[in-house]
Amino acid sequence: MSLPPAAQQALAAFSACPGWEQRARLLMQWGERLEPLRETERVDEHRVHGCESLVWLIAEQRGEHLHFRASSDARLLRGLLAVLLARVEGLPRAELASVDLVDWFNQLGLQRQLSPSRSNGLNAVLQRMRELAGS
Amino acid sequence: MSLTSPWRADFPGILALAAEGQTYLDSAATAQKPQAVLDALLGYLASGVANVHRAQHLPGERATRAFEATRSKAAQWLNAASSDEIIFTRGSTESLNLLAYGLEHLLQPGEQIVISALEHHANLLPWQQLAKRRNLELVVLPLDHTGSIDLQQAARLIGPRTRLLAVSQLSNVLGRWQPLAELLALARAQGAFSVVDGAQGAVHGRHDLQALGCDFYVCSSHKLYGPDGVGLLYGRREALGKLQHWQFGGEMVLDADYQSARFRPAPLGFEAGTPAISAVIALGAALDWLNGLDHTAVAHHEAALHAELLAGLQSRNGVRLLGEPQLALASFCVNGVHNADLAHLLSEQGIAVRAGHHCAMPLMKSLGLSGAIRVSLGLYNDSEDLRRFFSALDNALELLQ
Repeated sequence: MSLPPAAQQALAAFSACPGWEQRARLLMQWGERLEPLRETERVDEHRVHGCESLVWLIAEQRGEHLHFRASSDARLLRGLLAVLLARVEGLPRAELASVDLVDWFNQLGLQRQLSPSRSNGLNAVLQRMRELAGS
Repeated sequence: MSLTSPWRADFPGILALAAEGQTYLDSAATAQKPQAVLDALLGYLASGVANVHRAQHLPGERATRAFEATRSKAAQWLNAASSDEIIFTRGSTESLNLLAYGLEHLLQPGEQIVISALEHHANLLPWQQLAKRRNLELVVLPLDHTGSIDLQQAARLIGPRTRLLAVSQLSNVLGRWQPLAELLALARAQGAFSVVDGAQGAVHGRHDLQALGCDFYVCSSHKLYGPDGVGLLYGRREALGKLQHWQFGGEMVLDADYQSARFRPAPLGFEAGTPAISAVIALGAALDWLNGLDHTAVAHHEAALHAELLAGLQSRNGVRLLGEPQLALASFCVNGVHNADLAHLLSEQGIAVRAGHHCAMPLMKSLGLSGAIRVSLGLYNDSEDLRRFFSALDNALELLQ
């Protein structure tokens, strides 16, 4: 299974990142790339609960695949959302469900951000993506 | 002046974390354990376990004696009138739930339960749910700007319909001792029951519960340098006598038939099933260890370290303290910086602090915050821990501000 282009780019950038500071800077840069959400989209219906930060996730059917948009009020979480979206962009539904997202964060060196802590929003986002893809 | 903790070397956990590059500043969530506690746990588990209060055999007798010895130590530690006033539970949360069920039959629709705006969920939700079950009014005492319960308002709000007052001794978010003597007097004047949540307060200083004069006091072993899974519920003898039984099963029963049963009084009547025997015994070791300390030295160390923490936070641009903390901890947020981002970058640098709502969501909402960072201290922390924290904070803020 080949990586989508943006995911390849993320892998190249993050795996070359030696320390926490560079990683944080890169995450914030990736966070800036997120497609902005309209005010009307930042509503409870699109909120992913289980995050202490506010997170919204929207899925739209585009031809064969789901297209996700997401945002958060926390900057580093926006970066994490961006690399997550990069990994799944353009995948057909069936493939999306089978992507090993934990492995993806491991490859990027961001596995700690997937810790099982309740305050960690990313697990809730992964869960929500799977629900949306499965439905 | 650089503060070093003379007790740090007694804590293998704090040393192991430090060796791993982790600076532990989350003792208000749970504290590290001294070697004496680890020895007691292993000693009991390795020398042949047995259930308590049941068996006639030697191992059973030995376990029962050690278990009951902790009850006596806890009674002495809290200056209870008798060890019969100490009930073992799973923690402060279970103690408070026990009280909410045990007192339910004494509360009538329309009567009031009074809590404060700073209560964490453990001392809010059991009362909130009891109020719903019995159609009671839940009255919330407001705070002043320092983070103390406002006594003037309390005097107005605690009235003839007040049947129960449940307040924290020390806030887990604001780090302030609450004016218990005055509040308890207000409750007493109305003939209301009083419950003090000592989950945070029990760790800092010795508390004389007879002098304090509350009906019930709860705390948890795991914050008191003891094992997790054990809580203490102190109840004045007369108050305990009014509690209804709430959990039913082995050991709490006096006599049972298929259709009916009679139950033991406190404490055993409220300890259904097999308790956390090893943890209770090791809590005894934690209390012995604490008893052996120079309490003045501990208090000085904790106060000096707290002053250092506050000075460091106050000297940084944009840092906003929540309330005016007096000891043990400080919660803060930074203008223009999301607390989740800050928490993320502190974790990346091996700083173990708490971030989020600290199980006190209504308090955060009332302060207009989505969350905050909390630094909390144990007696094993020292200036070097704070230096690492501040250096990490500066690094993080440089990126985020």
